[in-house]
Amino acid sequence: MSENSLLLDTIRSVLAASAPLIFAGIGETLSERAGVINLSLDGSILLSAMAGFAVAYLSGSLTLGFGAAMLVGALVAWLIAYASIALRLDQVAVGFVLTLLCADLSSFVGQPFVRIPGPSVPHMPIPGLVDIPILGPILFDQDLVFYLSLLTVVGAWLWMNKTQAGLKLRAIGERPEAAFARGINVNRLRYLYAIVGGALVGFSGAAYSLSVKLGWSHRHTGGLGWIALAIVIFGGWSPFRVALGAYLFGLFKSLGSILQPAWPQVPTQVLQAAPFAMMIVVLVLVSGDPDRLLYYVPRRVRPLLRGILRGAPPAGLGQRFEQG
Amino acid sequence: MTRERLTRLGYALAPVLLTLVLACAILLLAGANPLQALGALFLGAFESGRKVADIAAAMVPLLLCAAGMLITFAAGLWNIGVEGQMIAGALMTTWVVRSIDVPAALLLPLTILAGMLGGALWGLLIGALRTYGRVNEIFAGLGLNYLGAALTNYLIFGPWKPPDGATMSGTEPFPKAAWMPTIGSTRASWLGILLAIVGIVVVYFLLRDSYWGLKLKAIGLNDRSAHRLGIDTRGNMLLAFAACGLLAGLAGSLRATAVYHRLIPSISGGIGYLSQLVVLLSGLRAQIVPLVVFFFSAVQVASPRLELRMSLDSSIGGVLQSAMVLFFLLVRGFRGRMQTAQEVVE
Repeated sequence: MSENSLLLDTIRSVLAASAPLIFAGIGETLSERAGVINLSLDGSILLSAMAGFAVAYLSGSLTLGFGAAMLVGALVAWLIAYASIALRLDQVAVGFVLTLLCADLSSFVGQPFVRIPGPSVPHMPIPGLVDIPILGPILFDQDLVFYLSLLTVVGAWLWMNKTQAGLKLRAIGERPEAAFARGINVNRLRYLYAIVGGALVGFSGAAYSLSVKLGWSHRHTGGLGWIALAIVIFGGWSPFRVALGAYLFGLFKSLGSILQPAWPQVPTQVLQAAPFAMMIVVLVLVSGDPDRLLYYVPRRVRPLLRGILRGAPPAGLGQRFEQG
Repeated sequence: MTRERLTRLGYALAPVLLTLVLACAILLLAGANPLQALGALFLGAFESGRKVADIAAAMVPLLLCAAGMLITFAAGLWNIGVEGQMIAGALMTTWVVRSIDVPAALLLPLTILAGMLGGALWGLLIGALRTYGRVNEIFAGLGLNYLGAALTNYLIFGPWKPPDGATMSGTEPFPKAAWMPTIGSTRASWLGILLAIVGIVVVYFLLRDSYWGLKLKAIGLNDRSAHRLGIDTRGNMLLAFAACGLLAGLAGSLRATAVYHRLIPSISGGIGYLSQLVVLLSGLRAQIVPLVVFFFSAVQVASPRLELRMSLDSSIGGVLQSAMVLFFLLVRGFRGRMQTAQEVVE
């Protein structure tokens, strides 16, 4: 019985720890679906994590903290969209420079807030649902950030696949010329989705510093942004698969700390790199030719696996569109 | 004519001014005196001969990495894996120092070769992931950077741990025979400086005059049409990664033998990322690179002192460097936009 509850507890904490990856992954998915690569994730998550914690600490209001973090993420994303659409600069170059700038800025501005206790998102079990066996303790014994992460995945999927606006979103990323000919203001929508996506990335930063790894320290989020960018590729730019990727990475990361006692001689820094090893392996699997790999698996699981590994980037990703 | 020249000067100065304005705002926000802090940051590195030698020492690895980065940039590749290539060079060097028994006179040349080889192999690994695994080189390089850092930690805390216990300060010091000779008691080494100069000069002529440089630029402009013209895009991309890795590996090797005299956990020290900024700020021109490297290194040397003297976090140096590059890119984009607008009017 106690072993059983230990397992449930582990699953619960893996799910909770993956919430920031979900927000960042869905945010980046929206942005890239519209055609804008926001490469700055690793920096903008750091900066928004710092801003979220600092504002929540100073004002005593979690809402203000999350708001500030979303504002930071949205601003960085707007700058990338502006540089690419209005100034015709390379998105990757601007995004990379912003990664470094935001990271250093977070270290400098965040210095007074290093390792001080501060506010955190309160635990909020949902009455009634929490008593469901197995599912209750895993899914409904969490905090508001976790519930919002689930809603974000479902909401993004519905928006992209079941609404007129979502159809437009996919059109401006895949065939900007055709969308423009249909009377869609391509660049305005690209700004919009870049900014909304950036705000979600900012939310992810605050979710990290106010709900998952509480507080602030130098390089607090440790490569989270790069993992999120890789998850978007693994997820084939589709919300549910992005969420699956986030949970897989969350699980892998926790495996590191679970296995740590078994090999005490291996320093923690080594196990912390495990998600990056997985990142490379996963990208090789989804980027290469899936049929070559599928040859080695039983016939029955092939369609399922093909469904998971399939996925091409939006055709207009990272490309400028000159709107007459 | 004069007006044109003034405009050009304005566009050249604008990024610097914007950076200074941003820096002042951030410093005021942190409650520091901006003039004092900026003065210390730009001039702090020139207050003694020893500090100037520190700049020279800091320039060596940055110049080598930037030179390598120019090669991969020419082929249109985003080589974010330079950090890992430096680490690989330092690891190979440390391995040679620890395990290979050669006459003292041969040890240093051997460490240099080992560093180059390590970096080149690491570069090839990124290249293979890019060309055969079809993994975007940004993610391949970046993931390998983290793995390289983890490998270093494993070695320092495992097989290569000092007899009196492993710490974050690294392995035990190399024997004196593996110390790069330095100028006086400073950290700068003649051989390192010489190798860095040779590196950037070779890359300059390689890209300007050689047939290989031409092929790389063709691939960088449009790899599909280069392929149709009969250029082996895969092979040349791999070669570009290896060449960059060779220079970055040398940089990592020199960090171990000339600066720290041991392997430390963060042997690459962010120089790989910094070299990317250098190359962007130089507009991909090899002749501008040494100038930018000099400026960046001066800031790099001065910023830890700022932390001691004014208790400001040394990351302000990095903020300044990356803000400068960001404003440089933005101003260039703005200028291009103004020019197109003018052409339309005319």
